[in-house]
Amino acid sequence: MHDKTLAEQAALLASGELHSSDLVEHYLQRIEQHGEALNAFLAVDADGARRAAAAADEQRKAGNAGPLTGVPIAHKDIFCTTQMPTTCGSRMLQNFVSPYEATVVEKLRTAGLVTLGKANMDEFAMGSSNENSYYGPVANPWQQDRVPGGSSGGSAAIVAARLASAATGTDTGGSIRQPAAYCGITGIKPTYGRVSRYGMIAFASSLDQGGPMAQTAEDCALLLQAMAGHDSRDSTCSPLAVPDFSATLNAELKGLRIGVPQEYFAEGLDDDVARCVNEALAVLEAEGAILKPISLPNQGLCIPAYYVIAPAEASSNLSRFDGVRFGHRCENPQDIDDLYTRSRGEGFGPEVKRRILIGAYALSAGYYDAYYKKAQQVRQLVSDDFSNAFADVDVIAGPTTPTTAFARGAKSDDPVAMYLNDLFTVSANLSGLPALSAPCGFAEGLPVGLQLCAPANQEARLLNVAHRYQSVTDWHRQIPANFA
Amino acid sequence: MSLTPDDIEKIAHLARLGIDKDALEPLAADLSTMLDLVEQLQAVDTEGVEPMAHPANATLLLRDDVVTETDQRETLQAPAPATQDGYFLVPRVIE
Repeated sequence: MHDKTLAEQAALLASGELHSSDLVEHYLQRIEQHGEALNAFLAVDADGARRAAAAADEQRKAGNAGPLTGVPIAHKDIFCTTQMPTTCGSRMLQNFVSPYEATVVEKLRTAGLVTLGKANMDEFAMGSSNENSYYGPVANPWQQDRVPGGSSGGSAAIVAARLASAATGTDTGGSIRQPAAYCGITGIKPTYGRVSRYGMIAFASSLDQGGPMAQTAEDCALLLQAMAGHDSRDSTCSPLAVPDFSATLNAELKGLRIGVPQEYFAEGLDDDVARCVNEALAVLEAEGAILKPISLPNQGLCIPAYYVIAPAEASSNLSRFDGVRFGHRCENPQDIDDLYTRSRGEGFGPEVKRRILIGAYALSAGYYDAYYKKAQQVRQLVSDDFSNAFADVDVIAGPTTPTTAFARGAKSDDPVAMYLNDLFTVSANLSGLPALSAPCGFAEGLPVGLQLCAPANQEARLLNVAHRYQSVTDWHRQIPANFA
Repeated sequence: MSLTPDDIEKIAHLARLGIDKDALEPLAADLSTMLDLVEQLQAVDTEGVEPMAHPANATLLLRDDVVTETDQRETLQAPAPATQDGYFLVPRVIE
């Protein structure tokens, strides 16, 4: 059952050939069998999942099921749930049970999806390897001494190992796409504002965006349909109508102009990754697309701008963790300052502390203009690069990451080396554009990701291109041997 | 740009973030490396470029000004480490 895609499972559920209870039981068994080796789940709600599956089957019998009723999913532990703890990968929120539910969780639950559990992640979504989780690292299902990527590393590993039909993720600088690439699955970061951030624990509010992670673009289209849409509880959530993402999946690519940024194929890009991506581009060309070399001249400034803006917003957002209203509180605080300082010192891990400090520094008196304002101006230049490029092309394509998944521990002592993982992904967050990663080959047994980026609100186009690609390739069908 | 352990202590105080004494030195080194990374921004000519705060630069929607929330004090205070009579408890602030 687990070798089927979410769309295939949904069709079997609809035809009555498959029952949600059986499907959920199958995944619970797989989680029991494989969960520990990967450390991808932080919580599993077996009883809740069984109840929800039984309810889904009842709904199906009564004839009022939706297209996704009864499909099992895991939620990144950044999304607030009322039936399970929400830790955000941090000691700060150990055992925290949210009094309210994230919009994404509510929407998917209302659409009939069955929540299996919560996925491990880098603490407060800060990281590119899932090594920053207080609850231990996640293993990459393809080679277990490798990282799964991050920060949605647990979600990616869960989908790759087929421990759930799909998972939710969030992407602030590449946190859906980079782990999707490292684990050989498909993930889309929608346009900023397409998916509500209500109940999604904030890291950098002008960059954060939730999205689906699944085996295929077709699966992602179904999931995004259920996740997207205006939410009055998030004032930045777009009021635009959500198109039917599945309707255009099969549209022909004839004449589609694909921009290939020369800056993505420069020094630092692994030869095997370049080969796989070039082969993928050739496949799209054979499908009728026209490849056009383009330039994103400010590409090199994305990482520096990001590492001012994201930490600055984080230092502000994470000030809410003060040991007063929720989260970790130190023992026997002497006074209010001691309460704040020690609760935060004990509750946050090393990377979160680094980012809070650099962010507080960038925002502090005398440095604001030099760092924060400057980074925001560069952000505008990066965004302008895309506007200019999209005057001539419909989609931009390139590698999702410069390399394949690296070994656990290889970069944990060097924060800046870790940051360079996000080299090709942060620009979409800075500009607010939708971007997708789809599997496009293997290098020495590890998956490679093809990244596609489109103008704002054109997720349908990305899903269309990826789906056409997946109609003539089978990289997305590969399952890691230990989890077949 | 290089930061000293003293600088780290000052910034940590601004952020009310407890840092162990022996972590100050490595943090100073890490943060200095991070600042070196972002230093490249200084060389960019941004004269006249409007800072981009947000991708949703369009006017944000306001909801109707009507009551939508009910009193949920108990539910919302349930995760708090210490409460009494509907208040959050903290150490004495006023002597």
